[in-house]
Amino acid sequence: MNGTRLRSTELARSKGETGELTVPGRSRGLLDVLERRFLLRLIVRKELRVRYRGSALGMAWSYVKPAIQFVVYFVALGVFLQLRDSIPDYAVYLFSGIVVMNFFGEGFSNATRSIVWNAPLINKIYLPRELFPVASLYVSAVHFFPQLVVLLVAAVIGGWQPRPTELLAGLLGFVIVAVLALGLGLLFGAANVYFRDAENFVDLIVMVATWASPVLYTWGRVQQAVPDWLFVVYQLNPLTSAVELFHYAFWYGGTGRPELMPDGYAPIPDHLWAFAGGALGISILVLLIGQTVFRRLEGRFAQEL
Amino acid sequence: MTTYIDVSGISKRFTLRHNRSLKELTVAMVRKKDLSDTFLALDDVSFEVKEGESVALLGFNGSGKSTLLKLISGVLRPDTGSVRTRGRVAGLIEVGAGFHPDLTGRENVYLNGAILGMSESQIDAAFDEIVAFSEIERFIDTEVKFYSSGMFLRLAFSVAVHSDPEVFLVDEILAVGDEPFQKKCLARIKELKAEGRTLVIVSHDLDMVARLCERGILLEKGVMTMDDSATKIVESMRG
Repeated sequence: MNGTRLRSTELARSKGETGELTVPGRSRGLLDVLERRFLLRLIVRKELRVRYRGSALGMAWSYVKPAIQFVVYFVALGVFLQLRDSIPDYAVYLFSGIVVMNFFGEGFSNATRSIVWNAPLINKIYLPRELFPVASLYVSAVHFFPQLVVLLVAAVIGGWQPRPTELLAGLLGFVIVAVLALGLGLLFGAANVYFRDAENFVDLIVMVATWASPVLYTWGRVQQAVPDWLFVVYQLNPLTSAVELFHYAFWYGGTGRPELMPDGYAPIPDHLWAFAGGALGISILVLLIGQTVFRRLEGRFAQEL
Repeated sequence: MTTYIDVSGISKRFTLRHNRSLKELTVAMVRKKDLSDTFLALDDVSFEVKEGESVALLGFNGSGKSTLLKLISGVLRPDTGSVRTRGRVAGLIEVGAGFHPDLTGRENVYLNGAILGMSESQIDAAFDEIVAFSEIERFIDTEVKFYSSGMFLRLAFSVAVHSDPEVFLVDEILAVGDEPFQKKCLARIKELKAEGRTLVIVSHDLDMVARLCERGILLEKGVMTMDDSATKIVESMRG
């Protein structure tokens, strides 16, 4: 009886709050996700739980995979192709780029698939649909942090002594990648409902992205090989900026900050901050476009899935 | 009396076949064949539901009842016309839609409660009542995949009826569990009614809805043909 009375008073209270007639199924997009943080947290916990069900290593897999990937690249490129001779502290250089690309790749491709994966829910109950791409990005951030810890340990062993501006660069790099991955994830996630080709296309983008940013090699090699205008395009890629910001944050401080590297190029490209600002701008623009397209298409999600 | 659901002139058309492969699209273009094979699920339906009313949506299979519920809950959007609702609307459109087999009963209660729009403190407060209602106390920390289908539905229904919305949309869920549990569910729905909540119910159990709802709306092939007392409509459906 007590329970019933409690519910009735709650009902009366919420009646007071919910004055107007509203159109159901209209959301304010990402703003609604902020309001439902509790649900977001539960969805993230569910995803992590489901990802590692019945696996003995569990979350340790998020260390094992990048570790193996790192060893393969390091042996092939650092040792066989002798990149470690021209780039000081090549292991840390390589890994700071790899963690950026892993975060981007996982966040983007899972956000793209999230709408289709959650079809049973989207078909039956109305929720702000942006919850699912945001949750995917959140999960990839959870996977990013153990890798960052490994990177920091490696950097410290290599004699890393960061300056505050350098750490700030790392934070900015993370924000750029998160915003870009979410924007692209919303865009391609919405398209994926209509054409499942989108997710294959995304896999392609992610594969190319690793090679289209200075993860495995240095920016100087690109400047040397391509015309000036193409090099500007290369630097306008927000991922290039994010990777360079990470190099500046976690690698540069451990190299003794030399003027020039053995290959004759500066370790950090000129105009790092200008291009970083541009990268942030481009990422925000992508997010706005992604959100707009998502909202345009989401009205028909339930009937298309 | 305040209006809680306002449906005015809504229509909904579905495309039946989806040919999306490049080959099919090209073939269709060459032959100039129209790919869209559509079907009108709802045709110019209008009605209002006032505070505390309980309405049965009646009609045979394929008459558009579930589509109408999905439009009211916001899962689908109407092609023409408008739907407006007041307060929080909980669609028990398919009980257990938000359940995940790899989570325990307890985790699923929280996840599903949050999906239905409850806050953390609301779920904390209602948790014991939810579990007690479902009668599966012993298994609440077991993963849901090990539940029998009856246990699963009990827990899902229990979360849904404790989710405390102003408007309940109920689609064919009263076929849950064994007879004692069904009776309990009915009693709970009557309790919700007595609390002054607005209910919209879809069911093929005509006797049950006639007992539960005062008002009925009859749909025939997407067209609203009657809006009368539930008992009268059930009589007319039985011819």
